[in-house]
Amino acid sequence: MATPRPRVRVPKSAKKGDIVEIKTLISHAMETGRRKGKDGKLIPRKIINKFTATLDGELIFQADLQPAISANPYISFPLKAEKSGTIAFEWHEDGGAVYKKSAKIEVA
Amino acid sequence: MTQQTVSRRAFVGGMGAGALAITVVGITPQAAFADAKMLADAVKKAIGDKTPEQGKITIDAPQIAENGSTVPLSIEVESPMTADNYVKAVHLFADKNPAAEVATLRFTPANGQARASVRVRLAQTQNVVAVAEMSDGKIYQTQAAVKVTIGGCGG
Repeated sequence: MATPRPRVRVPKSAKKGDIVEIKTLISHAMETGRRKGKDGKLIPRKIINKFTATLDGELIFQADLQPAISANPYISFPLKAEKSGTIAFEWHEDGGAVYKKSAKIEVA
Repeated sequence: MTQQTVSRRAFVGGMGAGALAITVVGITPQAAFADAKMLADAVKKAIGDKTPEQGKITIDAPQIAENGSTVPLSIEVESPMTADNYVKAVHLFADKNPAAEVATLRFTPANGQARASVRVRLAQTQNVVAVAEMSDGKIYQTQAAVKVTIGGCGG
C-alpha cells in the first residue's frame, strides 16, 4: 500500500475567542481484518487506531478508532482560538507506525 | 381466488409451509437479542455500570445511506465546555456491525464546543448510538437509525 499521506486544514489566523474548524484526513485503507485476499486468506487488520491533536504540546483532541471507521479516515473538530501556536497531529497505525503533520495558527 | 386465500392462511398459520414460517420466526428474535447484547456489552465496557440518561446529544447522519462503506456522521453534545464542565468523551456504536464499537472521540475544554465529524462503515441498516461522558460523571445517550442500501464490510 502506498504510504499514508496526512492532510490537515487549519485556519492561518483566527480572532481570539472564535471557534474554528479543524479538518484532517489521512489516506489509509483501514484494513478491517475481516476481508479475504485473492488467496482466500484473511488480510491482517491494519488500521489507524488513534488520532491525536496537540497545541504546543497540550492535548486538545483525541479519537480512538475501530475498524468501523471508513478508509481514508476524515476527522474534523472545533478549536476555540485562545493563543497562537503549533498544532501537531499524529495518526497511530496498528504495528506502531506514526504519521505526523503540523500546522501553525495565529490568534489575534 | 378462494384457493389463494386458503394457501396464504395456511402459510401464516404455520401449517402449509410450516417449516419455512418456523425458521423465519425462530431466527429473528435470536439475532435481535445478539445485537442488543453486543451493544450492551460494548457500552458497559466503555462507561461501566452507569445508566445513561437520554438526550443532550445530536447525531447528524443521513436517514438513508447509499454506500455503507462511508457514511458521514456528526455528533454534537450540549455543553458549555469550560474547565469544570465539559464533555470528556463521546463513544460511538453501531448495533448491527460485526463489532459494535466504532470510535471514541475525546474532547477537552480547548475545543470550545463538543462536536466532531467522522465517516463510518455500516454493514447494514441499523442504529448508530452515541454515549457521552461528561466531566461531572453524568452519561447521556442518543441513537439514530440509518438505512443502508449497500453494506460497508467486505464488498
